[in-house]
Amino acid sequence: MTRLNINGNAVSVDVPPDTPLLWTLRDELGLTGTKFGCGMALCGACTVHLDGTATRSCVTPISAAEGKKVTTIEGIGTTPVGRRVEAAWRSLNVPQCGYCQSGQIMQAAGLLAKTPKPTDRDIDEAMAGNICRCGTYQRIRAAIKAAAGGA
Amino acid sequence: MAAMLENLSRRSFLVGGAAVAGGLVIGLRLLPRGFASGPPAAPAVDVPRFNPTAFVSIDEKGLVTIVAHRSEMGQGVRTALPMAVADELEADWSRVRIAQALGDEATYGGQNTDGSRSLRHFLQPMREMGAAARQMLETAAANSWGVDVAQVRARNHQVVHTPTGRVLEYGALAAAARELPVPRQEKVKLKRPEDFRYIGKDVPIVDLADMTSGRAGYGIDVRLPGMKYAVIARPPVYGGRVASYDEAPALAVPGVERVVKLDGTPPPSGFQPLGGVAVIARNTWAAIQGRGKLSITWDDGPNRSYDSATYKTELEETARRPGKVVRNQGDALAALAAPARVLKADYYASHIAHAPMEPPAAAASVTDGRCEAWACTQNPQGARDEIAKALGIPVDRVKVNVTLLGGGFGRKSKPDYVVEAALLSRAVGAPVKVTWTREDEIHHDYYHTVTAQHLEAALDPRGRAIAWLHRSVFPAIPSTFQPNVRYASDGELSQGVIDVPYAIPNIRCENGEAEPHVRIGWFRSVLNIPHAFAVCSFADELAHAAGRDPKDYLLGLLGPPHRVDAGAHYQNYGDDINVYPIDTGRLRRVVELVAEKAQWGRSLPAGHGLGIAVHRSFVSYMAIVIEAAVGKDGTVSVPRVDMAVDCGFAAYPDRIRSQMEGAAVMALSSALYGEITFREGRAQQNNFNDFQVARMNVAPMETRVYIVESDAPPGGVGEPGVPPFAPALCNAIFAATGKRIRRLPIADQLQSENEPRKGDRPGARDRAEG
Repeated sequence: MTRLNINGNAVSVDVPPDTPLLWTLRDELGLTGTKFGCGMALCGACTVHLDGTATRSCVTPISAAEGKKVTTIEGIGTTPVGRRVEAAWRSLNVPQCGYCQSGQIMQAAGLLAKTPKPTDRDIDEAMAGNICRCGTYQRIRAAIKAAAGGA
Repeated sequence: MAAMLENLSRRSFLVGGAAVAGGLVIGLRLLPRGFASGPPAAPAVDVPRFNPTAFVSIDEKGLVTIVAHRSEMGQGVRTALPMAVADELEADWSRVRIAQALGDEATYGGQNTDGSRSLRHFLQPMREMGAAARQMLETAAANSWGVDVAQVRARNHQVVHTPTGRVLEYGALAAAARELPVPRQEKVKLKRPEDFRYIGKDVPIVDLADMTSGRAGYGIDVRLPGMKYAVIARPPVYGGRVASYDEAPALAVPGVERVVKLDGTPPPSGFQPLGGVAVIARNTWAAIQGRGKLSITWDDGPNRSYDSATYKTELEETARRPGKVVRNQGDALAALAAPARVLKADYYASHIAHAPMEPPAAAASVTDGRCEAWACTQNPQGARDEIAKALGIPVDRVKVNVTLLGGGFGRKSKPDYVVEAALLSRAVGAPVKVTWTREDEIHHDYYHTVTAQHLEAALDPRGRAIAWLHRSVFPAIPSTFQPNVRYASDGELSQGVIDVPYAIPNIRCENGEAEPHVRIGWFRSVLNIPHAFAVCSFADELAHAAGRDPKDYLLGLLGPPHRVDAGAHYQNYGDDINVYPIDTGRLRRVVELVAEKAQWGRSLPAGHGLGIAVHRSFVSYMAIVIEAAVGKDGTVSVPRVDMAVDCGFAAYPDRIRSQMEGAAVMALSSALYGEITFREGRAQQNNFNDFQVARMNVAPMETRVYIVESDAPPGGVGEPGVPPFAPALCNAIFAATGKRIRRLPIADQLQSENEPRKGDRPGARDRAEG
């Protein structure tokens, strides 16, 4: 049994401790907002927060999440930064297919929590690990700036 | 379009999975002009298979349900078509619910969401449907008040009696309206554009809140009671088979429950699975771990020696020999043989994988000779038909639910992965979800084809082109569905070869033979990608050879505004050439617009250049100007992109802009990195480390989109932004560096030690004086 704290809720899961957090969230706990994209921390679709830091859940074994606060896309809207990011995303009609946007929002929220007024270079550095195949980058950049403006 | 409306209220229709009781249901059928001869034998690339139908209903509380019968993959169709219905219906958008249609050809007509057809073919019928429903509500209100219908007017979910100001809510009118006949099509009155509430406005997409909060449901997210999770080891070579495997180590992995051998369909495999060995587990991770321990020996079959380097040489040799003629105007060969200035160039473009962020995934439950599936599919009817075929059951015992798609780009028109889920559910006697890993997706795609092209042009003493020869050679899409296909279809060659719009007196277009070794499929904008690359690059080469400004030269090539007669082989994306002509006036307009907006000729820093390209595809017109910057190390960056699109009537400008912004990124990915290569029949790339796509730090810093105001019939939007991008980029690179890119992807060609060698590919600059 591994005990996890996810979006403020204590849960236990009965899978091997090397099971990635991604598949535990999605398949064992039914939190499917966190997405699979590559399985190798190459695309960012699976991004969650561990104690507030953006982390790739596809390469994070649940043993490494034990004792930490896990925040997923389902919970980020309850944080002040997450709420601003979601609102900015909505005001700019950012998503196309929407699939990568969970990870984009989590990564952007992680960026803004640490760097409230990011430059273009900050945005490039923080967001380059998150692929959007639809190509919404221009709006993501604008949404991050909009969310920062509301800080 | 010949549309027929009928009142379907009395039939027991399920709208979005819920029976609609007591309300108004309108159905509509339409038959696209020029498509009366029935569906084509092969799966269509870009023509509708069938007659579309769609539905709207209003319940007695006034809740309007509009069925979205096309698949949402980022293009905004779940918003665009329903909002057109709602607008004509005078519905309050906040009281409209969108229900996704099941895959059901008899009810909805063709649902395969590809070919940039949704707005092109359904905007008008959807408007008519909404308008018809509005008129029925108005009639019901007039009847209830005992007044002439001319005195009433629907307005924002109510009908108003104009002289007295009395109102009746739509909910209160639904029961009476359902008793009324549907107005005949010629009696349907569409709104005037100045009265539009939603059409032409930037409405937020209907899935916006869900997509930004993790609630949006994709195929990979489906969860069913008792569901098992599966991954499959598929033959690494197309047409290969399992020789042997050891299931014991896989079964020893915690969470693994079953190992199932899956028979494949030999080439041409069509939409049926490739076969292999499936691992069934309690979660996806356990299945992936188990698969890694199967120790499978494969019998690779006849494609075992497919090698991209060898194949490239073969294609290029074929492209230098005469081929099958598909357009012949004047006498290009004579003009090229006469003493004239002749330029020649060869272009090559690689296989590309689709790589939607959501890989293929589907869930299915087979019980008692019936199957219900849930899938991120562009093609729910294809999925239904193929499941029925694979399971040997009637189509009416198969139900296919359409989820949101995490990207499609053509990959999800092919339902092999949905069939896999159905076969595995039957094998294990429980619901099964199949998930493709990224490696699976890259290794077993329906790849964008690989193309070699040879072009020649003769210039008169003033530099004007007087002859044009274009030969294109590539393994064709129909080879995935039919045996012994060696030549391309006219439809593929109508994507940028046959339809060359240049006002050149002598034009000859040819196609050479190519043998397929992998599943070839359609990828966003399909053959327009390599063809526009070659044609628009060659136009730039001619301009430089003639010593002319590329934009001015391009306008000269297009000639005065006229309609192009592309000959008997030309397929106009399934549409009537009289309704959607090849209009060089519209090509000129987008060139002039984008040149003006981009300040063509503006001064730039050293190492920067501007490139321009124009291309018509999916009956829309697109011109792009790109500013490219090439660093000393050969790194390409794109500070600015200007895109002008004429897609006819622009129903949803925000999603037109977003499609163009996205097309720029996807086309940049393909131009810079897009390459799948094969050795010993196996794809050599695996994941986003070696099949790279553009990221935030590489994507264009600024993309500006200009939409031509037009009341022409709507054209495609999802695909046309892609084709002119790569040539505009390569033309900009030429302007910046003097280096001509004739092979995609660009990859490391601009790095100094990898400069294109002189004589390697005989090019315009080498031969200009010849």
